[in-house]
Amino acid sequence: MSGTLTLTLKVWRQKGPEAKGKLATYTAADISPDMSFLEMLDVVNERLTVEGKEPIAFDHDCREGICGMCGAVVNGRAHGPEKGTTLCQLHMRHFSDGDTIVVEPWRARAFREIKDLVVDRSALDRIIQAGGYVSVNTGGVPDANTVPIPAGTAEEAMDAAACIGCGACVASCPNASAMLFTAAKVSHLALLPQGRPEAARRALAMVSRMDELGFGGCTNERECEAECPKEISITHIARLNREYLKAGFFSPERKP
Amino acid sequence: MFPDAQIPGGPLEEKWDRHGFELKLVNPANKRKFEIIVVGTGLAGASASASLAELGYRVKTFCIQDSPRRAHSIAAQGGINAAKNYPNDGDSIRRLFYDTVKGGDFRAREANVYRLAQVSNHIIDQCVAQGVPFAREYGGMLANRSFGGAQVSRTFYARGQTGQQLLLGAYSALMRQAALGRVTLFPRREMLELVLAGGRARGIVARNLITGELETHAAHAVLLATGGYGNVFFLSTNAMACNVTAAYRAYRKGAFFANPCFTQIHPTCIPVHGTYQSKLTLMSESLRNDGRVWVPAKPGDRRPPHQIPEAERDYFLERKYPSFGNLVPRDVASRNAKEQCDMGKGVGETGLAVYLDFEDAIRRDGRSAIEKKYGNLFQMYEKITAQNPYETPMMIYPAVHYTMGGLWVDYNLMSTVPGLFVLGEANFSDHGANRLGASALMQGLADGYFVAPYTVGGYLAGTPLESVSTDHPDFREAKAEAAARTGRLLGVRGKRTVDDFHRELGSILWEYCGMSRNNAGLAKAREMIRELRARFWEDVTVPGTADDLNQSLERAGRVADFLEFGELMVQDALARQESCGCHLNEAYQTEENEARRDDQNFCHVAAWEFAGTPDKDPVFHKEPLVFENVKLSQRSYK
Repeated sequence: MSGTLTLTLKVWRQKGPEAKGKLATYTAADISPDMSFLEMLDVVNERLTVEGKEPIAFDHDCREGICGMCGAVVNGRAHGPEKGTTLCQLHMRHFSDGDTIVVEPWRARAFREIKDLVVDRSALDRIIQAGGYVSVNTGGVPDANTVPIPAGTAEEAMDAAACIGCGACVASCPNASAMLFTAAKVSHLALLPQGRPEAARRALAMVSRMDELGFGGCTNERECEAECPKEISITHIARLNREYLKAGFFSPERKP
Repeated sequence: MFPDAQIPGGPLEEKWDRHGFELKLVNPANKRKFEIIVVGTGLAGASASASLAELGYRVKTFCIQDSPRRAHSIAAQGGINAAKNYPNDGDSIRRLFYDTVKGGDFRAREANVYRLAQVSNHIIDQCVAQGVPFAREYGGMLANRSFGGAQVSRTFYARGQTGQQLLLGAYSALMRQAALGRVTLFPRREMLELVLAGGRARGIVARNLITGELETHAAHAVLLATGGYGNVFFLSTNAMACNVTAAYRAYRKGAFFANPCFTQIHPTCIPVHGTYQSKLTLMSESLRNDGRVWVPAKPGDRRPPHQIPEAERDYFLERKYPSFGNLVPRDVASRNAKEQCDMGKGVGETGLAVYLDFEDAIRRDGRSAIEKKYGNLFQMYEKITAQNPYETPMMIYPAVHYTMGGLWVDYNLMSTVPGLFVLGEANFSDHGANRLGASALMQGLADGYFVAPYTVGGYLAGTPLESVSTDHPDFREAKAEAAARTGRLLGVRGKRTVDDFHRELGSILWEYCGMSRNNAGLAKAREMIRELRARFWEDVTVPGTADDLNQSLERAGRVADFLEFGELMVQDALARQESCGCHLNEAYQTEENEARRDDQNFCHVAAWEFAGTPDKDPVFHKEPLVFENVKLSQRSYK
């Protein structure tokens, strides 16, 4: 590869949930274009550590784009400028020598700031707890091939199930809505026969939990779809809306 | 005297059923009186937590990430095996059992592996009932594929994201139990100590990774599902947080560690690109079906691949193994790639890579055929390396991928510490010296959904357990130990970073305890690790404080344990004077460089007992392996 990059980073530093945060400026020198964005942060952190300063806290784990642990707003875009890419899979060759890069945490009312780029996304788990499952215990289930499922349906369910729960949809939405996240799960299970018995209850409960947790409503901004690293389509939001409306009108689970 | 493996009597096929009947049951009304701690939320931990909670136990579940859904099981690509025989191609429970025992080079326990094959079918049923979107045929039935050279198509898959979908299934079951109040979740917690009271596992000390607070939790049983230790090598395909600490802390409290030298190195990974590399990415080994592996024939040839004429290329796998060529087993392919690079024939910027070339396949089958088979893998490769594999050969290099060794467990998955159960990759039980593709997911879910719920119940029903609270002196003592250790790490205030030490440890192990080993190198590695460990405690620098989110401190604790554990691995490798599966000692190989087992002297599990200090040799224990149902044979690919 060509030579290395020298970049100016402006990174959000915040000591804790109650502390006041600010952008701090760092120089990232000798950055190989083959490094991932997180490896670039590793380099900056190693240098800070050797200088006796506190490194930048950021969440990450698998570093292959599947665990959903990493994420930051890079130059105003969740997970940075590349389409369909998590931050850990964003490579520095997409930046140019001398660039200034602004790195901020996910910001949303339902996500509490913890430290630097680390935020609390447990609200997403709580949405799942409201009904993002099929109520089946271990054991006592029929043979796997008992119910045929058309290949196309299984594929469509898989498209939705591919959500990694990173929260980029929330971070990029002007309303900080978790609609795409919620829709992905509702849609995945609504498409499959196993999920049908609870489909109405699930749609109502998950949407109402999302509202309770402080996520905003969906106003079709489509930012979520544009920034989703797994490119989950907003047609799943349309399916959620259908399920929700259907449940609201016809289901015995509807609210009085 | 070695502890009894508790293998039930009777014919192989009846052991698990018989055992299930013989295990005592906990009265349904009493189940809620029992608390169970589960550490880890990968396939094994999440499935065990959910299943135990469904039975009525009160479960406390801990994970290191911010959500249980992020455990590294999520990254598994290929699939999950089961003996369903849906394709009618001759599969059976017995065949899956046999393939797994043989694939493990006859270093696993027959009874455990047979049980694994038996419950494999229930796993698929369970996952489908949860709504896991497995691939389907046009008629709506589940699709199967052949994987890792298996002669039958027994692998179920969900695109290249099977691990993700299975984990999300187990996670959803876990979330359901959390919503019902039967599971209490403790995310962003790291287990730092196991607590024993009255000689039994009765709790843990966990660090709250946000506040730094050391929390103590008591229970009637503790289940570790904390994954493998591949990150001891620094670079591996494991996630960054994967570590040995929970298992190693349990080892220090008396749980035996079995076969730690059995580590699997996968041949087709994207090569290291520089010293700052943090982890390695696996490419499916199906690529070797059509790609040809080669290096320049002359060491030091730095020409770009297209300028190297055919006559000056060395297709070393095809040359050395004419009948199997590029499809030799994982361990052989890996060892040969390293050998070529050691001879100076490696390619790429670092010289630590070999070519995997699709030019001939594209010429033969056409680009579209190759695109259909491998399109997504080629895309992934291009994203990471910025090179187009349709036009220039891929570069690959082996990487540490899975660890077959782990805490020793009996047939009930209980360790040598009563009340401490170990599930999934964290235990040693089912894969012997080498794991077959698509078997890791199977084992994790077998342990969690179908084995532990029975055997943990049997333990609780059959064991008088006094009530223990976290005020017990044993808890206070364990907490003080953890606090002292954290204080020591912060107090060194040296000059070298944690990652710097970790990288050095990794390179020692990779060099001397990696794909091929020899006695002189292992002895040297042992000294080097000891010396490195001493330097770590003199010169490591850990910024920040203990009462805060401190990722440097987290890593320091893990690396400190890796520095002790690495020596144990080397000792185990030295003690096993044979080659088997992934453990190749250069002194013991066949003429074709295949592992030469010594069934006379080494047909056993090596289980190590902590001797009170890492500077003293651990105590060796031997569990002989008895094969009554399979004939021990030599792997060959002539």
